[in-house]
Amino acid sequence: MSFLSYLKDGINLGSIYAIIALGYTMVYGIAKMLNFAHGDVIMVGAFVILTAITGAGMSPVLAVLLSIVFCTVLGVVIEKVAYRPLRKASSNLAVLITAIGVSYLLQNLALLVFGADAKSFVSVINVPDLNLFGGELVIKGITIVTVVTCIIIMVGLTFFVQKTKPGRAMQAVSEDRDAAQLMGVNVNGTISLTFAIGSGLAAIAGLLLCSVYPTLTPYTGAMPGIKAFVAAVFGGIGSIPGAMVGGILLGIIEIFGKAYISSQVADAIVFGVLIIVLLVKPTGLFGKNIQEKV
Amino acid sequence: MAMLEVNHLSIQFGGLRAVDSFHVNIEKGELYGLIGPNGAGKTTIFNLLTGVYKPNEGIIKLDGQDITGKSTIEINKAGIARTFQNIRLFKDMPVLDNVKVGLHNHHPYSTLTGILRLPKYFKVEKEMNERAMEILKVFDLDKEADQLAGNLPYGKQRKLEIARALATDPKLLLLDEPAAGMNPNETQELMDTIRFVREHFHMTILLIEHDMKLVGGICERLTVLNFGQVLAEGETSAVLKDPAVITAYLGE
Repeated sequence: MSFLSYLKDGINLGSIYAIIALGYTMVYGIAKMLNFAHGDVIMVGAFVILTAITGAGMSPVLAVLLSIVFCTVLGVVIEKVAYRPLRKASSNLAVLITAIGVSYLLQNLALLVFGADAKSFVSVINVPDLNLFGGELVIKGITIVTVVTCIIIMVGLTFFVQKTKPGRAMQAVSEDRDAAQLMGVNVNGTISLTFAIGSGLAAIAGLLLCSVYPTLTPYTGAMPGIKAFVAAVFGGIGSIPGAMVGGILLGIIEIFGKAYISSQVADAIVFGVLIIVLLVKPTGLFGKNIQEKV
Repeated sequence: MAMLEVNHLSIQFGGLRAVDSFHVNIEKGELYGLIGPNGAGKTTIFNLLTGVYKPNEGIIKLDGQDITGKSTIEINKAGIARTFQNIRLFKDMPVLDNVKVGLHNHHPYSTLTGILRLPKYFKVEKEMNERAMEILKVFDLDKEADQLAGNLPYGKQRKLEIARALATDPKLLLLDEPAAGMNPNETQELMDTIRFVREHFHMTILLIEHDMKLVGGICERLTVLNFGQVLAEGETSAVLKDPAVITAYLGE
């Protein structure tokens, strides 16, 4: 029974990684850049919820909506101010370094505003637990909410990208930015939209993450952000189902590593998986094999 | 009135004057050729006309409207569409979706409408599907609508590029070496397609080409470019007999 219990915890954590990884993978797929500040947007989202509820006394639903809107706007502003001016720069390295800079900027702004000490997160999601096998296996309400949210987001995103006009523009920009522009697609607008969606998802991830692990510091988003990046690479960066599968597998690997091997090396195992995947299949589980025509 | 009017168009890359005082006048409904040896600046002119490069000097007028120095999107909306020398389709998207990307600006609905799947979403998507299928039918590609564009045979990919460009509803269509890499049968078919596009869509076409048979077969007038400068221009048959043109091509 403990195996099932660990599996359930793994799926819960993995679903959160998956939602964060979706943000990474969408931005990478369309803007061809790694937004290392993505994890910190999660932290900002969680602080917005906490402040709105404890500080302003808002209802949880309103606080979550506010956080989604706040992060969406934050994502668009970051893209416009920090990344867009560099898009024509000769190397991708400039954008990458800037993204790391933005990440530290967000962390330090949070330090300044909220202080370094850990805050305990309020309980926002109240869904009854599910008792299975006569109470031997308890599936927490938050786990159910997380997994269901994750599935809805993935299905919704897949539909959006494949079946709608803005989604088609995203695919076109992803494949050939210049050709898309010459066909009249607004490339800057499309990339902004991608950041908006990715950052909105980050707000949701922040809520779910802090509901499962209810301590919040300015560094809360950093490690899950990096792990979600690993998940996105694991699944094949740029692929929506890849981010989902990669995230969930990574969550399970981490929890099993903690439970059966050692809680100290769990993170090492996670990053070990990244190295092995990159060695065996450099494009990830769902990545396209790029064959250069000679 | 001329559909495309270009005067004194120049661009410099470092010390190289890639296009030097280029001019052309293309009438509405005309099929105009632009030829020249490799590196003469033909594709650079296309990039200037579509806003990929900004000219150092010169004026570009489309249907009387000054479009010099505008962005690629603005120029596309103003009415210039193009194909590419090396095919640049969205290879991992279905054939139908490639054309629908071209239709992008003509069937608007907001992002929120798409997310919430409001009735307008279904209505506009249906219109787009119908319009895209109509265009594909013209090019005899309707049976391949669901295939990935990258899986089409070469000749059909060329056709799809023209179809996608036409979906943007241009006034002027720029074709960059449409016959590159085609065998004689495919070239013949392409000539028929270009003629058909011109008549069916009442299109003004500017064509870059190496294949003399194709140029001589379908263009009424042409300009010969050499080292970024206009070497000769006028009626096709006369220009192709011009000694200066023969020298530039054959090096006599």
